[in-house]
Amino acid sequence: MKKFLAALFVLVPGLALSAGGDVHLDKAHYDLTDKASLQNGAKLFMNYCLGCHQQQYQRYQSTFEDLGIPLELGQENLQFTGDKVSSYITNNMKPANAEKWFGAAIPDLTLVARVRGADWLYTYLRSFYADPKRPMGVNNLVFKDVGMPHVLQELQGRPVLAHEEAMVDGEKVERYAGIKAEGGLMTAEQYDAAVLDLVNYLVYVGEPGRLDLEHKGKFVLGFIIVLFIFVYLLKKEYWREVH
Amino acid sequence: MWKNLLDWIEYRIPMMRVANMHAIQYPAPKNMNFWYVFGFLATIVLVNQILTGVWLTMNFVPTAEGAFASVEYIMREVEYGNVIRYMHSTGASAFFIVVYMHMFRGMIYGSYQKPRELLWLFGMFIYLALMAEAFMGYVLPWGQMSYWGAQVIVSLFGAIPVIGEDLTVWIQGDYVISGATLNRFFALHVIALPLVIVILVFLHIVALHEVGSNNPDGVEVKRPKGSLKEEEKTKFEMHEYYTKKYDIIDDVVPFFPHIVLKDLVAFSVFLFGFCYIMFFAPEMGGKFLEHPNFEIANPFKTPEHIFPVWYFTPFYAILKAVPDKLLGVIMMFFSIILLFLLPWIDRGKVKSWRYRCGFHKVNLLVFAGVFIFLGYLGGTPQAEWKIIASQILTVMYVMFFVLLFIYSKNEKTKPVPARITK
Amino acid sequence: MSNTPVDNGRRRFLTVTTSVVGAVGVVGAAVPFVASWNPSMRAKAAGADVQVDISKIEPGQQLTVKWRSKPVWIVRRTADMLAELGNHDDRLRDPNSDEPQQPEFAKNAYRSLKEEYLVLVGICTHLGCSPKFLADGEFAKQAEVVGVNNGFFCPCHGSKFDLAGRVFSGVPAPLNLQVPPYQFLDDNTILIGSAEEKA
Repeated sequence: MKKFLAALFVLVPGLALSAGGDVHLDKAHYDLTDKASLQNGAKLFMNYCLGCHQQQYQRYQSTFEDLGIPLELGQENLQFTGDKVSSYITNNMKPANAEKWFGAAIPDLTLVARVRGADWLYTYLRSFYADPKRPMGVNNLVFKDVGMPHVLQELQGRPVLAHEEAMVDGEKVERYAGIKAEGGLMTAEQYDAAVLDLVNYLVYVGEPGRLDLEHKGKFVLGFIIVLFIFVYLLKKEYWREVH
Repeated sequence: MWKNLLDWIEYRIPMMRVANMHAIQYPAPKNMNFWYVFGFLATIVLVNQILTGVWLTMNFVPTAEGAFASVEYIMREVEYGNVIRYMHSTGASAFFIVVYMHMFRGMIYGSYQKPRELLWLFGMFIYLALMAEAFMGYVLPWGQMSYWGAQVIVSLFGAIPVIGEDLTVWIQGDYVISGATLNRFFALHVIALPLVIVILVFLHIVALHEVGSNNPDGVEVKRPKGSLKEEEKTKFEMHEYYTKKYDIIDDVVPFFPHIVLKDLVAFSVFLFGFCYIMFFAPEMGGKFLEHPNFEIANPFKTPEHIFPVWYFTPFYAILKAVPDKLLGVIMMFFSIILLFLLPWIDRGKVKSWRYRCGFHKVNLLVFAGVFIFLGYLGGTPQAEWKIIASQILTVMYVMFFVLLFIYSKNEKTKPVPARITK
Repeated sequence: MSNTPVDNGRRRFLTVTTSVVGAVGVVGAAVPFVASWNPSMRAKAAGADVQVDISKIEPGQQLTVKWRSKPVWIVRRTADMLAELGNHDDRLRDPNSDEPQQPEFAKNAYRSLKEEYLVLVGICTHLGCSPKFLADGEFAKQAEVVGVNNGFFCPCHGSKFDLAGRVFSGVPAPLNLQVPPYQFLDDNTILIGSAEEKA
């Protein structure tokens, strides 16, 4: 019984892996109005992601302006290509090289938050774990056999699937206890916060006009209520003579 | 001065006469309830689609290389581009919502029955053209769902014996869905089909005004000349086109201002919902804009699940319910043809479900439920039980028409009132 | 129809207010359609200020750069060229640059910020052709202007401008060539597109 249970608990993450998209996703409580978080997210993106992933539909300038980063400051600290501030967020990786190095085309990340959703991204970036069987040495709980290295490893540390001893039905069993990382520049909480900032930024880039649209929407809805009141009263007025 | 100008024009083209006849002094039954606003709303949405569509065309690039990027260009770089794009994408779904409501209205109040068979047929042709229009429009952003949705739908033609393969290649203009396909779909979407739809809508309205509007009681308001006493006739001034031929009963209101105001009240309620979705939830949880469609089309990578947009899913479920490809396609088209034939399948003489047998009401409500449930099945990932469920529901869909044909022959109906109630 | 008397005052008031609210709505709905015709972010990025390194221009040479998709000339004028500018005022249509064809800072005899450097939008004020830069007597020869050795000559309809971009009288072009807003970032760099803001 004890062995069976232990085996079961070791197998659980494995089962989750094979199930693919059915992994439980952690909720990403991002906040598009939090400029500091967005700025930090942009910094993380430019430093860790942009080497491989582009955001070819978004301009540096719009990012800087929307995030409240002065253009000169942004150009100096976040734009490494030396291009004009109005240029798109691209890198010089050739697609053929990408195919050769990672075995797949590298997706553009402009719209990744609209394709995958914030929760998926938040969970994905915190679900890498060491797996010597993979060419990059890591695997991922929500994206099985991912071709991408764990680029945030220097922040998180080397993540491993941890197991702990626990008492179940009065018996001691070893069970899966999440991902534990050691040797990184950040604590677990700091890492989660940094990933949340990055996700926040990716959500912003997915639809830069989101906040502005909602701002406009409030006025439009308010106006429609006024319109409704007047049209309704006028309709009542004319229909009084009917019946 | 103003009067002189109007007279000058009127002498040369019947502007005021047509306006009076069709938009002002048109006799409309006074008991038209909320089910009767969807025709007006559909017209509004059509205007919205045409206007926003024209504006989107100004920046859209109809090539396989440029389409996806140009949509993002509209979303990010054109002033108010995101507003116009969301008006168009939300409008597409809104169009089908109001059209489905409009069609169901026609079914429950018997608006397809004599003398409105042709009116119903024009409406069905609009619906058909609208489906083609929406399908081709969905291909244009050139995302993953655009591409693979087109792939699935176009390959349906491959099921046709003998010519199927060649036909598919001919429609695509290539051996797969490609830039050539995108180009021709663009041309059809922005010019050909809108023209067809506008002409059909015109004919639909002409036919409606010739036979007159039905109403929830299914009581005709236009009576034979000389059959009504003077005090039974309407006190409103109606256009002589109608009063010359008929006696109009005192149960009508003029289209303007009464019906227009009623429609405008409904319009402002509709607009609130429309704008809420457009500004705050344009993806509608992946139903109006599907998530995989934010990824550029990739001919080498099929998305995990392919669904058509929600308004096609009932027919998609019927397609998948039949295990044979050709029979599935036939079944799908047959289910639409059944709707065309409704005026002849229903052999009843009473229009409104208010005065028809109780089973008719049940039959109609079950049909609506079946349609919605089929939509759910066609729009969610495959599962074993869903195939069986969609087979049962497909049979139930057909049974609606079969049963209607049988019981409508000698149906026990309630007496229809002589005048509009209320 | 019922016998309820029609309250005309109320009806008129509601009709007017509803119409006004409706009209506001129509105007509001028109805003996206009108505004979307403004230059997009792409057009603005392409039309942004241009920095030009002028250290490589030899005296008497012309450099053409693109600004807002239009050619902009930078001519480094020699002392001779500058001296010549004063000798033909009587043959010019607008010798004192009274027409607003230049920013305030260029409303001087040389139509420039620094005497040495002339900056002009290289589009003829007649019908939009791009005139040719002719120096060292070529202008006098080709454009047939006695005593003026340097200038711009428009091949389309024969309009003539001197080396301050001032138009000669008797040619189709009505106005002097336009001076774009610009400023010197340092001795060797010009920024075309915006003038230095006055303190």
